[in-house]
Amino acid sequence: MNGKGRRTYKLMIVDDSNIMRRRIERSQQFEELQLVGTAGNGLEALELFRKTDPDVVTMDLTMPRMDGIECIGKLVALKPAVRILVISALADKATAVEAMEKGANGFLNKPFTDRQLNEAIAELMR
Amino acid sequence: MLYEQELKTFVEGTTNFFEVAAQQPATIGSPYLMEGSPSVHEYTGVINISGKREGVVYFTAPKAMLTVLLMKMQENDFSHETMRDLVGEVANTISGNARRDFGRDFVISVPNVLSGEKPEFPQKPGQRSFIIPINWRSHSAKLVVSLT
Repeated sequence: MNGKGRRTYKLMIVDDSNIMRRRIERSQQFEELQLVGTAGNGLEALELFRKTDPDVVTMDLTMPRMDGIECIGKLVALKPAVRILVISALADKATAVEAMEKGANGFLNKPFTDRQLNEAIAELMR
Repeated sequence: MLYEQELKTFVEGTTNFFEVAAQQPATIGSPYLMEGSPSVHEYTGVINISGKREGVVYFTAPKAMLTVLLMKMQENDFSHETMRDLVGEVANTISGNARRDFGRDFVISVPNVLSGEKPEFPQKPGQRSFIIPINWRSHSAKLVVSLT
């Protein structure tokens, strides 16, 4: 719970770009989201996920070592209730469908505005 | 070789990037063809393309432009590493967005970033690249698309 009696959700941000990780952290406006960590690829994300047990994850797809699609499947296997928002430049429908089939709950294309990011997160947490 | 509609995909992707990420539109000059590797600016983000098309897409820009772009994105870290990160992210975003038209068989790599050096790509004899000139505020950059 936060100070206003609302439930808090643990947030993990996964993106191979430091700029994007900071941008998402800075731009999201939800008091109930508490950042528990950031990761630069799928392997780091898995390790961090096991340590911090996040409720909400933003996930890039094109990353070194382990890509986002593979990572989504592994995170959902560990915690089926996790809510995952894919934030990726990959703009083809087939990739979005594959991410959703693996267990993602939303898909936001880069580049995005702050408003688009917050609407996507709001939809994810509904 | 690129078809006109494919070239339009990259022009639109570039326009969209500056409109959304930098909140200020860029002016795109007339694309032109050239043989060999074009000159580059201080930072270059390279995406290797494989699958149904092969080649490279790269975004090359001067430090001064990237600095202003970072300010517009409300970044306060202007280090060499952040410049490299940004130029790779721009190349990744424009290339990834191109899959809207090219489809998922247009496979993009993670960005390979060069700073200072001239990129050397193995090119087939006679291989040509499309250069898309980008003017934003008082700065110039290029998107280079070389696909077979």
